[in-house]
Amino acid sequence: MTSWLRRQRALAEYTLAALARRRIKNTGLLLIYAVVIFVVASATLFATALRKEAEVVLAGAPELIVQNLVMGRHDMISGEVIAEIDGIRGVAGIKGRLWGYFYDRLNGANYTLMVPLDPDMAPPEGQAIIGESLPRVRELPWETAPLFLSRYPGDLVRFDIAERLSSESALVSTDLILLNEADFRAFFELPENVYTDIALSIRNPREIDTIVEKIGRLLPNARLVTRDEIARTYQKLFSWREGIMVLLAGASVLAFVIFASEKASGLSAEETREIGILKAIGWDTGDVIAMKLWEGGLISFSAFLLGTVLAYLHVFAFDAGLFASVLKGWSVIYPDFALTPGIDGLQLTALFFLTVLPYVAATIVPIWRAATADPDQVMR
Amino acid sequence: MRRTSIVFGFLAAGTAMLALAALHARIAAAPERARMARSAALVRAVGLTDLALFTEARFTRNPALADLQTAFQDAPMSFEHFPSGTFAPRPAAGFGRGELRFGPEEVAR
Repeated sequence: MTSWLRRQRALAEYTLAALARRRIKNTGLLLIYAVVIFVVASATLFATALRKEAEVVLAGAPELIVQNLVMGRHDMISGEVIAEIDGIRGVAGIKGRLWGYFYDRLNGANYTLMVPLDPDMAPPEGQAIIGESLPRVRELPWETAPLFLSRYPGDLVRFDIAERLSSESALVSTDLILLNEADFRAFFELPENVYTDIALSIRNPREIDTIVEKIGRLLPNARLVTRDEIARTYQKLFSWREGIMVLLAGASVLAFVIFASEKASGLSAEETREIGILKAIGWDTGDVIAMKLWEGGLISFSAFLLGTVLAYLHVFAFDAGLFASVLKGWSVIYPDFALTPGIDGLQLTALFFLTVLPYVAATIVPIWRAATADPDQVMR
Repeated sequence: MRRTSIVFGFLAAGTAMLALAALHARIAAAPERARMARSAALVRAVGLTDLALFTEARFTRNPALADLQTAFQDAPMSFEHFPSGTFAPRPAAGFGRGELRFGPEEVAR
């Protein structure tokens, strides 16, 4: 056993010396390889953490949302519907939700104005509870500085700040302005007894389908969104098959595959000569292949470790800063959020097998051909 | 010092850092669960349905509630042009149910 280990170490030593002879080329390869793994690992860690956050946090979302559609568009829903739906068996609670968007002409940001479902959470009249980004984008000069919103030129509505929501919930609350019902209706000049949509809580989750069917018959124009559908939207968001992730990772992976296969499969004349000399001085085919296995293994394993550790730091220590500009798009408000650190063993293993093994395999095949040939022929 | 000692040292350090990252994730799990529980409580109290990730347009703020035809809502020719539209998935079940949900006798009537 010790002699086998010593032999392997000597082979690794030789491999490192050979790699050091082409230092710039191999360092370049290692860095590009590590960057590719970094991008793929960052995207995986980020998407997984975000999906997990959505799964846990949005578990508190209403079980069923009833939207009114007029001419194919979302429209306000009459409060009279509440009493009709309330009569359906299995409905544990029903409340009209009041929420809307406000475009701030001052800085181009979109805020979400909302009346909390829980009446205990509603702020007193003339006051607002604001999300973490509001003081930032409005540059509110001091902790309790009032918020002024202007709906049209010459208009100014003042809200005193009752509370600032903590940044720990930024991912769901960053752009919120919570008002009480009277202030909300006054601000948007809404008539009484209309709501943006209706939120239902349902006693037994197994009854949701039946209740959806009954409401569908009662309100044929309504659109019904269940909590499961909300969860599914977020489970699919950032999934591998969808848009940007494929663009982000796909292009770089493809470029790397071309680069690596070029490097790994086409042996340079110098390398072929080297193999010929090794065989001529007594190395057997097994030694040559073991040496090349060491080469592929050392490069790809180093790149894997470097890429994965850097990806972890990027996503969880630096809040995925490189993705922020992509995610932010044209938004003025981007939540200042930290994700729950997590490493999915299965994903990491998959990443290992998808990156390390193909490279090692790609190095072996051409070497096998050169190593089994006659040294005299190879050196010629 | 032999080259292998240095390189194996680096590889061991890298593996240790990866293990350290896993340990960090484990240690952070309990306080993070508490933080997410507080966020979930806020979601329940306010009645929220979506993550506030994309605030660039009305229909990107609440992807779970947005109309499926939002890309065309402002003008018939306007395709999705907000960057976050790239992230939004197509509905899992497709766009239609593939059935009109009434029987042949109702059609005849």
